[in-house]
Amino acid sequence: MFKLSKESEDFVKKELSRYEAKYSAIIPSLFRVQKDHGWVPPEAVSVLAKLMEIPEAHINEVLYFYTMFNKRPVGKIHAQVCCNISCAMNGGRELADALCKSFNVQDGVMSADGKITVSRVECLGSCDTAPMMQVNDRYIENLTPELAVRKLKEMGA
Amino acid sequence: MPSQQSLLLSEHYGKPDFAKLEGYKKHGGYAVLAKALKMEPKAIIDEVKSSGLRGRGGAGFPTGMKWSFLPANGEPRYLLCNADEGEPGTFKDRLMMERAPHQLIEGMIISAFAIGCKKSYIYIRGEYDFAKEVVAGAIVEAYKAGLLGKNILGSGFDHDMDVYSGAGAYICGEETGMISSLEGLKGQPKLKPPFPAVQGYLRKPTIVNNVETLAAVKYIIRDGAPAYKKYGTEKSPGTKLFSVSGNVVKPGNYEVVLGMPLKDLIFDLCGGLKPGRKLKAVIPGGSSAPVLTAEEAMKATMDYECLAQMGSMLGSGAIIVIDDSNSMVDLLQVIMHFYHHESCGQCTPCREGTGWLSKILHDIASGHAEVKDIDLVKKISEQMMGKTICALSDAAAMAAISFVTKFRSEFEQHLQAGKRTLGSSAHA
Ligand SMILES: Cc1cc2nc3c(=O)[nH]c(=O)nc-3n(C[C@H](O)[C@H](O)[C@H](O)COP(=O)(O)O)c2cc1C
Ligand code: SF4
Ligand code: FES
Repeated sequence: MFKLSKESEDFVKKELSRYEAKYSAIIPSLFRVQKDHGWVPPEAVSVLAKLMEIPEAHINEVLYFYTMFNKRPVGKIHAQVCCNISCAMNGGRELADALCKSFNVQDGVMSADGKITVSRVECLGSCDTAPMMQVNDRYIENLTPELAVRKLKEMGA
Repeated sequence: MPSQQSLLLSEHYGKPDFAKLEGYKKHGGYAVLAKALKMEPKAIIDEVKSSGLRGRGGAGFPTGMKWSFLPANGEPRYLLCNADEGEPGTFKDRLMMERAPHQLIEGMIISAFAIGCKKSYIYIRGEYDFAKEVVAGAIVEAYKAGLLGKNILGSGFDHDMDVYSGAGAYICGEETGMISSLEGLKGQPKLKPPFPAVQGYLRKPTIVNNVETLAAVKYIIRDGAPAYKKYGTEKSPGTKLFSVSGNVVKPGNYEVVLGMPLKDLIFDLCGGLKPGRKLKAVIPGGSSAPVLTAEEAMKATMDYECLAQMGSMLGSGAIIVIDDSNSMVDLLQVIMHFYHHESCGQCTPCREGTGWLSKILHDIASGHAEVKDIDLVKKISEQMMGKTICALSDAAAMAAISFVTKFRSEFEQHLQAGKRTLGSSAHA
């Protein structure tokens, strides 16, 4: 059974009155669940719906609209490789392929041991340091496949 | 003509203490706010109007004019800073938020005072964790110093400011998509009119401006419109932050006067191309801006008028420089994958059109198509224009048309060469 920690529950309650519109608390609350659990399990939506007094269907609508919410588990290390134009021109796609190969995973699918997920993503606004990736909440820039593999291994992948 | 750089907005980017209130104040921080609070709000709007400042977020709409669309009554109104920065190739707003958050906040308080607004939000794209942290910290500092909250600097003006995080959706950069998102809904754009200035966030009058636009207001008030207009051209006054990426030797953010020759920007400031490479094309305003051939790029000046005249646009100021090692067929498939992924799905021409284009371009790239499919790309694109709620559909269509028209022979040759793999397919 999914349970929200006391701190997270307090956080959600505070967010509910932080903005002019109550619904504005949905995005921050989903982020909070994801911070605690790594992803947003369906049961979490039911718990939030009750706590926030917002229809579950509406929370799901928001959850599924935004790409940053993980709708299934991701690895402890989530390497998101930019494959948009400036990165693609500088080897971003090859970088993503190399990482998938090196860690034996498919794009967007968590490794069997739960350590890593490699995902291809759109422009992350760091095009002058192409190719680059976001690992959890950090940008790692000016990469080569070798350098990226090394960095991820250092981080425990 | 090597131009001067880092004139206003980025002058102090290199100073580590500039991101904190104390350091910011050392460089004259919040002195302009003190000055502005003594002015008549209308005088500030007039100054912004006469400065000729145009929105730096993409559409280039005159800022002072936008502000004057607000109803004249005292109805509550909102100011939203657009820090969603999702236009591929753009990374100027992130740098400003990280290096000079108070410059944005000061510009916003001045703007809010001018339009009589008591509450503003900075909507920052979700992936920008560090920028969110820096800006939120700067807001706390500003409250503590009496620069936000009640009776700012003893002027009697009250203003509250907060940060809101996006969660990964390019469409939330479109102003009405952003409003939907801030309201706790899916970030889907709304039909205009009513325009946000009349009915926006929570159906209240709302001004949406880009990070760079709001920061520029500070300098217009500091120096006065005539001094601001000394930068740039007559019709495109001021300085602009350009994010240059792709195949240049020194990619990065460059603040230069509007009207600078693109050639100088690429070959002078950005160190040109790698040895042995030749310029093939330039996308001058983010991936939504139609591509320029090398020949056009060598003649272009970076101002609103010149680029519009060339059938492209200044957009967000993201310059993507493409050398002859790239395949235009490949790059267009990458671009179209993006628009298909980011279409919010509520308009059929956009939802279906970007999907079809993405599929066909993928087939063209892998050689599983015929020459007549190039015409199909054009035909579908033409059907996507002018029919939708927001400009994403038009942007995708115009980008596609520009590629297949200007580089038609490359598309043909590519198909005549038969099946092949180009890059790897754009995405899974
Ligand atoms: C699909 C789409 C995406 C957009 N993305 C952004 C963005 O990331 N940042 C931005 O400032 N403006 C963006 N805009 C433009 C905004 O709708 C709006 O015009 C702008 O924020 C107004 O601010 P300005 O007048 O200061 O430029 C986008 C527009 C469209 C159609
Ligand atoms: S044009 Fe596309 S992105 Fe814009 S509102 Fe319509 S479907 Fe959504
Ligand atoms: S294209 Fe990769 S960060 Fe912008």
